[in-house]
Amino acid sequence: MLINHPLLGPRDAQEFTYLGDAALIQRPDWQADDAADQFHEYLYLRDNPAGLHRELWFHEAGDRSWLVVTRNTVTHEITDVQLARDVARNEGRST
Amino acid sequence: MHNLKPITPLGAETARVDQFSALTIAEVPDRALASLTAREGCKEFREKASAFLGFELPSVGQSAAGSAYAAFWIGPESWMVDAPYGGNEDLARQVKAAVEGSASVVEQTDGWCRFDLSGEATIAVLERLCNADCQQMAVGAVTRTQIHHLGCFMWRQDGVFTVIGPRSSAGSLHHALMQTAQSVCGLD
Repeated sequence: MLINHPLLGPRDAQEFTYLGDAALIQRPDWQADDAADQFHEYLYLRDNPAGLHRELWFHEAGDRSWLVVTRNTVTHEITDVQLARDVARNEGRST
Repeated sequence: MHNLKPITPLGAETARVDQFSALTIAEVPDRALASLTAREGCKEFREKASAFLGFELPSVGQSAAGSAYAAFWIGPESWMVDAPYGGNEDLARQVKAAVEGSASVVEQTDGWCRFDLSGEATIAVLERLCNADCQQMAVGAVTRTQIHHLGCFMWRQDGVFTVIGPRSSAGSLHHALMQTAQSVCGLD
């Protein structure tokens, strides 16, 4: 499987490690009143879609950047790859 | 009194050189390395870094060199500074003083081992070892990829191809290079 790295171009998936659902970027506020419930959901509850899935990959043996990869879990087709840094900024998670 | 003596990544007192019919693999133990990562929002970082290095920081997948230092891109907003070890034993401290608080600097010298490959068979050996398109890389290009499951920098320089890998796996990396060199060049 090839992952089209936004900076480096197509790279073999062997160079990457997989973390999981890109929703992990949306870490809850630990000071919220219902923080325990939010963290329960954040840690343990996952969608398991047959189709497009946004997921976090780490370019471990490469430039060590985190990527958000949109992959079809049925066909393994990768339709979008972005730096997780940019995704997080767009979602208001970083400065 | 302590009786300490320096050893190379392969554990010997002198750097190892392996000669094949069309390839030389030379262990290079005398380089100092320090990584440099820009801190968020520090606009003066690039100016400070280039004033110290004597050249602009290279872009993605590239390297640049001046009279005293060289630097290559290792990741988003990250570079590795390379210099001769003699005279730069405190390379990280020098870089840190130059960029002040605008970047994070980490000493890397003893984290890596380096092998310089030269000769006609260099590309033939490297293309058997890793996924990087070494043939297409221009002089100055750098990329990091896997050789035998080890993350290694592949740095094409003028006349030599430099492979920088994890020092604790220097023996494994050297074995991989030797094995492939033997299969390409034959046993000499």
